[in-house]
Amino acid sequence: MSNAVGIYAVEDVLLVSIKDDITDSDVIELQDGLSEEVVRTGARGVVIDISALDIVDTFVGRIFAQLSGVAKLLDAETYIVGMRPAVAMTLVELGMTLPESNMALSVSQALRRIRANRTR
Amino acid sequence: MTVPGGRLVATVKLSTDRDVARARQAVSRAFDDLKARAIRKTRFVTAVSEIARNAVTHGRGGEMSIFVHDRPPGVSVICSDNGPGIENTEQAMSDGFSTGRSMGKGLGGARRLADTFELVSSPGSGTVVRMSGTA
Repeated sequence: MSNAVGIYAVEDVLLVSIKDDITDSDVIELQDGLSEEVVRTGARGVVIDISALDIVDTFVGRIFAQLSGVAKLLDAETYIVGMRPAVAMTLVELGMTLPESNMALSVSQALRRIRANRTR
Repeated sequence: MTVPGGRLVATVKLSTDRDVARARQAVSRAFDDLKARAIRKTRFVTAVSEIARNAVTHGRGGEMSIFVHDRPPGVSVICSDNGPGIENTEQAMSDGFSTGRSMGKGLGGARRLADTFELVSSPGSGTVVRMSGTA
């Protein structure tokens, strides 16, 4: 995987960090690699930190949606965290509200929710 | 305000997705130099990303020229590709229209995000997009 993306297993959650110079092929590679990691590690949650991203366009938004859908089929919840306000406003204008993904403001908030949902 | 008075700050060749990222970075830097607000920059850089990707994936590659304007402060780009051109440009810019697997929100989205937007294309002649965003 290119060094624009890092996947770290923390207990039963995969933390994904993304750098701002990510390319479309890096995003596709992430989608493939992540679904395999979910199965390999038995992860129950995926947390994608996009706080380094200046923009999320329709391509990246579509892959995030697919990735969340695939993770769900593999019994893992996906949270997207750290979205900048300007990115959120732009996504709404693009008509992309990412209904397939859960949102959280921070990694720790996402982790708390994943844990809470699991004990329910 | 697309070109008159603009100062050419960069020209980015567009042939791979790495070049699309380069175009985003160059436009982003131009907005930083103008000390633009985050929302102004994010909107326009997102539009640039959509247009540059279209040139690579549908337009057989091309080139983007980036201009900085002082009065009013802003950035404009001219993106030309070597593709087959677009037969029905209004249809291509409507949300939901797609020739591939995408959702068809890119071109229409770029038009909404930019402050000025002009697309010139006809079958066989490639596509040229000029757009601008104030800082």
